[in-house]
Amino acid sequence: MFVLVVGGGKVGYYLTRELSESGHEVVLMEKDRGRADQIADEIGSIVVAKDGCEGSALADAGANRADVVAAVTGDDEDNLVICQMAKHHFAVPKTIARVNNPKNEPLFKHLGVDELISPTRMILGSIEQDIPVHELLHLAPLSHEFELVEAQLTAESPAVGRTLLQLELPAGCSVVAIVRDEVAQAVGPDTIFRAGDKVIATGRPECEPALHGTLIGALPGA
Amino acid sequence: MKVVIIGCGRVGGLLAAWLDASGHDVIIMDLLTRSFDRLPATFGGEAVRGDGTDEDALRRAGADGADIFLALTEGDNRNIMAAQLAREALGIGKVYAKVNDPMRAQAYAELGIGTVCRSTMIADALLGAMGLPEGSEPSVRPGAEHDHAPIGAAATAGHGED
Repeated sequence: MFVLVVGGGKVGYYLTRELSESGHEVVLMEKDRGRADQIADEIGSIVVAKDGCEGSALADAGANRADVVAAVTGDDEDNLVICQMAKHHFAVPKTIARVNNPKNEPLFKHLGVDELISPTRMILGSIEQDIPVHELLHLAPLSHEFELVEAQLTAESPAVGRTLLQLELPAGCSVVAIVRDEVAQAVGPDTIFRAGDKVIATGRPECEPALHGTLIGALPGA
Repeated sequence: MKVVIIGCGRVGGLLAAWLDASGHDVIIMDLLTRSFDRLPATFGGEAVRGDGTDEDALRRAGADGADIFLALTEGDNRNIMAAQLAREALGIGKVYAKVNDPMRAQAYAELGIGTVCRSTMIADALLGAMGLPEGSEPSVRPGAEHDHAPIGAAATAGHGED
């Protein structure tokens, strides 16, 4: 496959290197001559020191026979124009744009860019999914005084190796279910808690430190 | 006529002043407040600091419902993106982008964006002044009249389209 990468920053550099090492034909376009020369010294003469936003430069780099054009510069407007020129002027089958402002995604899609890669969105998604270990995760308030929480057990958690009856749950708290290996299941009298289990429990907010202690272990500093 | 201009440089500033003086409703945007120093003291339009390639910033500046949108910053690609955003997201009918690369100017005119190419414009003017025939590339290319719904509206207003 012939891939044309535009933008010789960190992303473009590693992308070009990986593609080249896995046997693809790659050309990297980088408009800064100093940076282009530096990359060429490291990965060989597959670097074109021209601006990938210029139609004539794209033509020189072989855009008309590229299977994929990946626009990975740090500027959204440049990545959009590179992909549009590739698509409409050189009929490239697949265009990929790096998008920094997640709000640009609908516009880029609408304007015909085939694939969007948004580092901002990926990191956002990762932060939102991130479960702080050793903390009770609040899943939902059930009423003003009652909360549904999740406790992730680790090897050090006091609940591990015990059944529900062996736990001394704080008054007013109850265990609803566990999620083990991504599967939710009811907690029976024989169920023994294991490290990695996510225990779903309910309780009043003021019982949370005690619940935390019983399931996960004492809070730091407590 | 309501006109939105992105980029208060020499061209943008001059045009904003002229259009305002002839009674049009002008909104001009620039990333730098000091660019607005180019506007005359008599300027009666809106000068708004903001990024013309950001949809939220355009809406905050009041670009919705404009008759004409002119993207005149120093960056070809910023202009192209702003013009397409105005056309596709805000549904503005007439958009022009200053595009100094002749090949990009032609490509985007084909995609419906009006383009103005300073390179061919100055070259032609000089050729004319020397009494020589002008080049074959037009320096101003009209875009297509915009006739479809903005992004987002398409999902709800799709009846009867094929």
